[in-house]
Amino acid sequence: MKVYSDKVMEHFKNPRNVGEIPDADGVGTVGNPVCGDLMTIYIKVKDSRLQDIKFKTFGCGSAIATSSMITELAKGKTLEEAMKITRANVADSLGGLPPIKMHCSNLAADALHAAIEDYHKRQKAKEEAKK
Amino acid sequence: MMSSARHVYMDHMAGRPVDARVVETMLPYMRQSFGNPSSLYVFGQEAKKALEEARTRVAALINAEKKESIIFTSGATESNNLAIKGVTQRNKDRGTHITTSTIEHMSVLNPCKFMKTRGFGVTFVPVDKHGLVNVERLGAEMTGKTVLVSIVYANSEIGTIQPIAEISRIVHEKHAYLHVDATDACGQIPIDVQNEDIDLLTLSSNDMYGPKGVAALYIKDGVRLEPLVHGGGQERGLRSGTENVPGVVGFGKAAELAHDEMSAEAGRLTGLRDRFIKGLLEPIPYSYLNGHPTRRLPNNVSVRYSFIEGESMLLNLDMMGVSASSGSACTAKTLEPSHVLLAIGLKHEEAHGSLMFTLGKEHTEEDVDYVAGLMPEIVKKLRAMSPLTPEELR
Repeated sequence: MKVYSDKVMEHFKNPRNVGEIPDADGVGTVGNPVCGDLMTIYIKVKDSRLQDIKFKTFGCGSAIATSSMITELAKGKTLEEAMKITRANVADSLGGLPPIKMHCSNLAADALHAAIEDYHKRQKAKEEAKK
Repeated sequence: MMSSARHVYMDHMAGRPVDARVVETMLPYMRQSFGNPSSLYVFGQEAKKALEEARTRVAALINAEKKESIIFTSGATESNNLAIKGVTQRNKDRGTHITTSTIEHMSVLNPCKFMKTRGFGVTFVPVDKHGLVNVERLGAEMTGKTVLVSIVYANSEIGTIQPIAEISRIVHEKHAYLHVDATDACGQIPIDVQNEDIDLLTLSSNDMYGPKGVAALYIKDGVRLEPLVHGGGQERGLRSGTENVPGVVGFGKAAELAHDEMSAEAGRLTGLRDRFIKGLLEPIPYSYLNGHPTRRLPNNVSVRYSFIEGESMLLNLDMMGVSASSGSACTAKTLEPSHVLLAIGLKHEEAHGSLMFTLGKEHTEEDVDYVAGLMPEIVKKLRAMSPLTPEELR
């Protein structure tokens, strides 16, 4: 199957940062099993940087590869930098994705952003609690 | 990216290799007897003779009353289109309603939908969890206006074989024509159009190890159709265009071989199929068979694994040299999972997690054991990655 680039296949075969972070500071889930793709991203934040990031994904080859790629792109970045990572950045870093996969299975950036938003929400809640 | 030395092609429903004996019969009609069957000189007449011999062989496979009942077309899609559009348009004075099922091939569903735009009503009869058409329901859904019923003999994705003789009785009690799409069934299981009282039947060459690009439509005497293709009047005026002589000759040989070898091969494949199903399901929890356990095509193995998605299983199998199909949206041109798997009541995520293996002549016990042996590790790896996997399996 030469549907995918070598880079996609490499990430699909050896996905980076698979798993959960039990005491995560933020969790983001996007997609829907009905559509065939569901991703959850877990982040650990220290000094406004992504100290650790892990994912769990139900989905096709590109869903798994984009999840793996985003963890590589985001790890060590500041939250502000990570929010700027786009779906297109993920696809480009993988040497491109088949056109039909660009929308349905390229959700990793959305999942990362959702995890960061969840982190901010939790921080705000903590500050509110302190007051 | 293929890292395996071993190649196991298990996608016969998508395309089959052409039998070497078939190829041999075709070659002379490309090299020497290349004439046009409509020409009266010797080149043409040799081609004409071969065409009619092939027609006889295809007719014999389904016990058609005469060879003239067979019309050659460019493929099963064309045969299905000709049957549905041809019969309904020609017989619209008799009625303007079509009854079909929810598990038909796109080449039946879409012509039916097209006829809606021409003023016809269409009813899609549901199937049970095994994919069997409810015959009583089908009868009840037929109206006084129903002119044609189109039902698949055996569905390619789940292999379920329909009770065609029973369906035929109900259809004829209500004075409609019965078209049967036997694309996947032909050559695998015995079909007798006279005994089963079928009015129109689609047969495909490649599905019996003949070349692609050629198929047939059986038309019972007295059934009238409007042609789709107008031109020089070949094929009794029902399918104009110079005949694909090498293709038809190959189809004829393939039909003859299927006729002679079917019963032995069907028995062998059924044993292999059941061994394979057991091997795919027994070692893995939350795994299921799609389709009917016994009323199924000898070569069809359709299974599903919960919590994971089909394309990612296919990619893993491909790395090990195994070619198969999935019910997932991700391998299709659309984003919807297989309509057949949804029609048997599977949830979207279950349909996405389905795999289809379709076997053929070349497969052995060693092949099916090899593929079954790969699945536990693939499923385990993908389940470890999936957020849907329950705690007990982690």
